[in-house]
Amino acid sequence: MSCCAGGTTVNAAASTDVPSRDAVLHSSQKLDDGRIRTVLAVPDIHCGGCIRKVEGALSALRELEEPRVNLSTKRVVFHWKEDDIDAVPVFAALRRVGYEPNLISPDAIVVDDTRKSLFRALAVAGFAAGNIMLLSVSVWSGADAATRDLFHWISALIAIPTVGYAGRVFFRPALRALAARSLNMDVPISLAILLATGMSIFETWNHGAHAYFDASVTLLFFLLIGRTLDHMMRERARDAVAGLARITPDGATVIGEDGSRHWHPLDEVEAGMCLHIAAGDRIPVDATVREGKSDIDAAIATGESVPITAQEGTTLSAGMLNLTGPLVVEAAKAAKDSFLSEMLRMLDAAEGGAPAYRKLADRAAAVYAPVVHLAALFTFLGWIWVTGDWRQSLFSAIAVLIITCPCALGLAVPIVQVVAASRLFRKGIMLRDGTALEKLAQVDHVVFDKTGTLTVGMPRLQDAGKHGSRVLGIAAALGTNSRHPYSQALAQAAGENNIRPVVGLTDVREIPGEGIEGTLDGERYFLGRSAAGGNGVELRRGDDVLDLFRFEDRMRANASETISALEQQDIACEILSGDNGETVAQAAQALGMTDWRGDLRPADKIARVQALQSMGHKVLMVGDGLNDTPSLAAADVSMVPSKAADIGRQAAGLVFLHEGLDAVTSAVTVAHRAQALIRQNFALAVLYNIIAIPLAVLGYASPLVAALAMSGSSIVVILNALRLNEAASTPFSSIGAWLTRRGARRASGNARHGKHGVATL
Amino acid sequence: MNVLLFLIPTALFLGALGLAAFLWSLKSGQYSDLDGAAWRALNDDEDDKPL
Repeated sequence: MSCCAGGTTVNAAASTDVPSRDAVLHSSQKLDDGRIRTVLAVPDIHCGGCIRKVEGALSALRELEEPRVNLSTKRVVFHWKEDDIDAVPVFAALRRVGYEPNLISPDAIVVDDTRKSLFRALAVAGFAAGNIMLLSVSVWSGADAATRDLFHWISALIAIPTVGYAGRVFFRPALRALAARSLNMDVPISLAILLATGMSIFETWNHGAHAYFDASVTLLFFLLIGRTLDHMMRERARDAVAGLARITPDGATVIGEDGSRHWHPLDEVEAGMCLHIAAGDRIPVDATVREGKSDIDAAIATGESVPITAQEGTTLSAGMLNLTGPLVVEAAKAAKDSFLSEMLRMLDAAEGGAPAYRKLADRAAAVYAPVVHLAALFTFLGWIWVTGDWRQSLFSAIAVLIITCPCALGLAVPIVQVVAASRLFRKGIMLRDGTALEKLAQVDHVVFDKTGTLTVGMPRLQDAGKHGSRVLGIAAALGTNSRHPYSQALAQAAGENNIRPVVGLTDVREIPGEGIEGTLDGERYFLGRSAAGGNGVELRRGDDVLDLFRFEDRMRANASETISALEQQDIACEILSGDNGETVAQAAQALGMTDWRGDLRPADKIARVQALQSMGHKVLMVGDGLNDTPSLAAADVSMVPSKAADIGRQAAGLVFLHEGLDAVTSAVTVAHRAQALIRQNFALAVLYNIIAIPLAVLGYASPLVAALAMSGSSIVVILNALRLNEAASTPFSSIGAWLTRRGARRASGNARHGKHGVATL
Repeated sequence: MNVLLFLIPTALFLGALGLAAFLWSLKSGQYSDLDGAAWRALNDDEDDKPL
């Protein structure tokens, strides 16, 4: 199956590590029947073929039971037959079929109960709405006296428990808002539902002609649809983000006094402990190297893509990746005091300092709710003044509240956000929060990090065409055996130039911190650090230097197009980088950007973002490194590539999965369009109220009018939101296009039949 | 009008049956992987027993 191509690219060198038994146990659940249930994230699962391959590979293992892939969350669940847990065969089996499994943290396994309870509420409300509506139709068509009373009582028996059960979704946030002395959309919604039900019970009790049970339950049903869609959107984004590889290790292998090795959860690691770090593992806590030599990818901490060499005495920060050789390190700090945690503290502080933002729907509610409540009050006073009949007056006032219930308004925002999120999802952009979309539409200043954001963060061979194919073939063959980014860049360059790595290399050995060597046709070849010093990587045969390879960090696809597109929309762009000024200047020049700053520490980045905000700019921060994380939180809205540090992904409003930087412009465009549709939906809701309120004030809002008006306005709002999916960029042009197509079709049909087009139009 | 006395309970009972069936299917996890279910329908050699 073609979409499974990604599954075959797992690099042999990157997949030798398997979590220890304790690490697996730590992120597994013990079930009531004593079996142990393990969940693995397998981000490469894409399609039905992947399901078969993964489940097939795991079913073949005797120690497992019931392997089951969940394609939506890209996870696989299985149970162990015995207590004897060994992850080696499981990981090996998955890698053999081309999938790289990841352990997920215990708190990510917890099943989402909100979704289920929303679905249950939706089902109950749907059932009740359908049945009550059927009973109401008979009342509208003229059932009277005892029959009408019977129908009203049956409706009441269905409606009361439904409102009590399904209405909690709105009552709870409404109460919370009132307790905080503010108004959100849930307050008028709850009020309308409760009043409609209450008044209907009173009417039914007194054998009245009008009961609004249908209105209150249909209202609940429509609003629950909006709420459920909204929740599913955020859940989908969260799952997809949580499924990606984690940066922070869950624990570390501690070497005891007697040389024994035991895996400990991260919070049990203390300063002074000796830790074993295998090649390919992340450094769990800030530490100093005691033994061994290796290359360390420090990009997560410094933003630099070129690995540093670690040897005895080198200080390492938590989160860095050990690339080539095993290390023994001494923990310098406990996990809670380490670099990662320090970043988290800065992140919290920055989040607290970020500009307060009130959701658009809540801002609308703050205007809308008082207007509606005042309208109801004046209706009551007006009727008292004119007729003096308090019962008629109260009914008219309540009818105003019911009919103005922000059904359309409550749907207007979430439905557009859901459609926008699914549109972004198809472009590989995950919206983590609906408010990010609202804030994105106001952005007028974009701040980019350099390494890993504007650039790919992976070195690439310079002038690949200039090297001989034999030389590159040998280098690539050696390179496939190493995890060092330069080695992998060489292997990749050979592949792109259709050069096959030579076969027959034997006795391959990685010399951590130096390079890699192997024997071919009786001669010793070495690929690695240049003996004469300097940048780049050398290929030597014996002592003869065969070639020197130089590397550059490549720009992300569409980087300069994105920058110029943003600047055309009057959105200013600048680079904030931790890299040295000269490199940053080169990158800025390549992209045609004039505004850049280099040599920045995390605190400097926050300061710059906050300075821009104090000048009144709305700032979008695009970054990836751990050093960017606090400024991601400080910005109004932020976007990160999916390879970013996991706490960065937690802090960001949007995550983009593909390499191209045009994700930024796509997101901004969709945000603008969504905002326009939300405004249109608000306008439609206001228009509806201009028509409906006078009817209710004058006492014409019968249950039939209320039901028609509410359903009608909700459907109009939903249909309007769906226009976001169309390619059309201007409002109403889609309707125009539809009319044109329709006209054209008719015209051509008429032409075929030899009629005059005008006659039938 | 006597016909209502058993028609309405019948209608409500059937509706409630549908609701119960949906709640049961939700509880037994049939909605936990909608994307996967779409693909599994095309899979010949798999039993279609829910988990």
